[in-house]
Amino acid sequence: MKKYLLPSIRLTGVLMVLLCIIYPLFIAAIAKMAPGGGDGVTVSYKGKVVGYENLGQAFKNDRYFQPRPSAVGYNAAGSGASNKGPTNPDYLKSVQAAIDTFVVHNPGINKADIPAELVTASGSGLDPDISPEGAKIQVKRVAALRHISEQDLMKLVDEHTEKPLLGLFGPSKVNVLKLNIALDEMKNN
Amino acid sequence: MNTEIIGIVVTYCITILLAIPLGRYIAKVFAGEKVWTDFLKPFERLIYRLSGIDPTEEMSWKGHMKAMLTISSLWLIYAFFALIFQDKLPLNPDHNPGQTPDLAFNTAISFLVNCNVQDYSGESGVTYFTQLFVLMFLHFVSAASAIAAMMVVYKGMKEKSVTTLGNFWNYFVKSITRFLLPGAILVAVILVFNGTPASYKGKDTIITMQGDTTQVSRGPAAAMIAIKHLGTNGGGWFGANSAHPFECPNYLTYMLEMIAQVVIPIALIFALGFYIKNKKFAYVIFAVMTIGMFMFLIPTLQAEIKGNPAISHMGISPSNTAMEGKEVRFGVPATAYWSTVTTIISTGSANGAHDSYMPMTTAMQLMAMMVNCFYGGCGAGFLNYYIFIIIAVFISGLMVGRTPEFMGHKVEAKEMKIASIAALLHPFLILSFTALASYILVYHPDIHWAFQPKNWLGNPGYHGFSEMLYQNTSVAANNGSAMGGLTANNVFWNVTTGIILLFSRFIPIIGPVAIAGIMAQKKFIPESAGTLKTDTGTFGLMTWAVIIIIAALAFFPALALGPLAEFFSMK
Repeated sequence: MKKYLLPSIRLTGVLMVLLCIIYPLFIAAIAKMAPGGGDGVTVSYKGKVVGYENLGQAFKNDRYFQPRPSAVGYNAAGSGASNKGPTNPDYLKSVQAAIDTFVVHNPGINKADIPAELVTASGSGLDPDISPEGAKIQVKRVAALRHISEQDLMKLVDEHTEKPLLGLFGPSKVNVLKLNIALDEMKNN
Repeated sequence: MNTEIIGIVVTYCITILLAIPLGRYIAKVFAGEKVWTDFLKPFERLIYRLSGIDPTEEMSWKGHMKAMLTISSLWLIYAFFALIFQDKLPLNPDHNPGQTPDLAFNTAISFLVNCNVQDYSGESGVTYFTQLFVLMFLHFVSAASAIAAMMVVYKGMKEKSVTTLGNFWNYFVKSITRFLLPGAILVAVILVFNGTPASYKGKDTIITMQGDTTQVSRGPAAAMIAIKHLGTNGGGWFGANSAHPFECPNYLTYMLEMIAQVVIPIALIFALGFYIKNKKFAYVIFAVMTIGMFMFLIPTLQAEIKGNPAISHMGISPSNTAMEGKEVRFGVPATAYWSTVTTIISTGSANGAHDSYMPMTTAMQLMAMMVNCFYGGCGAGFLNYYIFIIIAVFISGLMVGRTPEFMGHKVEAKEMKIASIAALLHPFLILSFTALASYILVYHPDIHWAFQPKNWLGNPGYHGFSEMLYQNTSVAANNGSAMGGLTANNVFWNVTTGIILLFSRFIPIIGPVAIAGIMAQKKFIPESAGTLKTDTGTFGLMTWAVIIIIAALAFFPALALGPLAEFFSMK
């Protein structure tokens, strides 16, 4: 063992310089050229930073499109999931309650159209997206509260629907923060 | 739905298409043949010179293992103290506290052995210094040392009759300089251009649209996330792992991370074929492993796409009812595919909350980790498979009444003893420690030093038992994924899983290396009409059967108590 100890110490030191200093600094340097400069891509409204493009945030007011439930209250300094099992009775009660609340806040919708993602918590607690169906089902409510035509809102949702990668891979989605900013801008015009 | 299925199929196909040339390249690197990355040779010589290493010095299998154990012990001690005193070390912009000794013990071992079970949360439990200088460092070196050990076994299979099997440092350093680091740079660069942070600035504070003041954790995360996948480690920067939108921002990065985590394990299998100049042997292994993967993948996809019947009954849209713990940008099928891949190989990174998946998925994840060799982790996956090959050779040899031989060397009692111990250790550790945890939970629910066992479980009933079984299986398989509902950051779980981790890493590495080393020393017996052929479909089937009998059936009673019972109780 003794024979290997000194080379082990020295090799560890050399690799640490390479892997823990040079490598991440090199990546950080390249990231300066990326959107957001490697510090995360922010979104601004009226000249102020209001969030990060990739991170969901809470919208409690019914005048906005609402994101998915979050197990951590959209705490971007402590991501997490609910970790509730599919047969847990308390969990199922909370899903039922979320459905009931949603129906109360969205009169006139067809319950069978509610996509499950609007009543289930995401894996990170920071999911920035909902599905196009999840946005469209909220159009009626938002349109009524803001006195905008449903047609215009549907168009807005369509404009903000991100298609699958190359039109081929993965699901379609709508970024809730960007949609809501567009919604506020629409009113201002 | 269709684009989601196409997404998975294409991701898998790209992985295979990349793995074949990568395998050929890796074989050439280790055989010392000419490759295009030879311009790195002066750089490697510099590393050797600074470290005082002679990379041409031949080592016996024992020498290899002594080198690996020496440097591993060193890393363990270093990691343990760095984590305890991280609050006093530099690069702590978020002012996170030091870890408790039991947590540091668990974390240090967990990353040392390529498991990466995380009883802390990335945003608050570690600092930038420990993320980079301890955890990410161990991401690289734990993968490289397992690949080095695997190379010893490959060399033992290739040579006719030798006592030495190359140089450990040579295999180890080349694993880093020739593919782990270049690969990590490539992956990290793609990640930063898709929104993953590479920032040393610490937390940001913003005011959201509705006026909440929120803090946003960031960090030089991209570098770590790249190697966490390439090295099949899985320990992420953020608490939610790859479900976190910074850690895996979109579907492109999903495909990237998915390919990155499984491409080296598959390439190493192809590399074996090129290295020992018997491609058919490698293709048979690849076929067995692929069949194994689909055995777990198909029920998983079925269960997740079908969704949670209890939620379907509530009268909402019946599609995608299994969205609890999943992210919209990945969708259900892609998350399900990830969960299979991350458990068959030993990555354990997660892009969803494993605790909220369907019971059948949990059963498949558990079985994937119990088998632990369908593709498997970097290096370690093949080492586990090698044990089953030895057992299969022995059993088939006895069945046809011939002396068991493998690669021109006799398999005798000593090798079989080592193989049996290595194969049986896995079920022994998982089942006995789960039994111990269950016993304490039931008979000592109030002991204060273990966070009151009655509060351990995040979910009642069968699912709660699955959480404990999962934790022990995950650490024994050096996987590192977890059912997050289990409260694992306490003395009991930190210490017991730490012990399982140590045993289940080093014995399954030393065992195969010892077998390969002992066999390589034996007299070479040229192939004759009486030799049992190991590069045939029949032998592949035999190995598959041995794996199913030893690795899967041993666990059946435990699976029946947990996920299977929950499955049958679902209405």
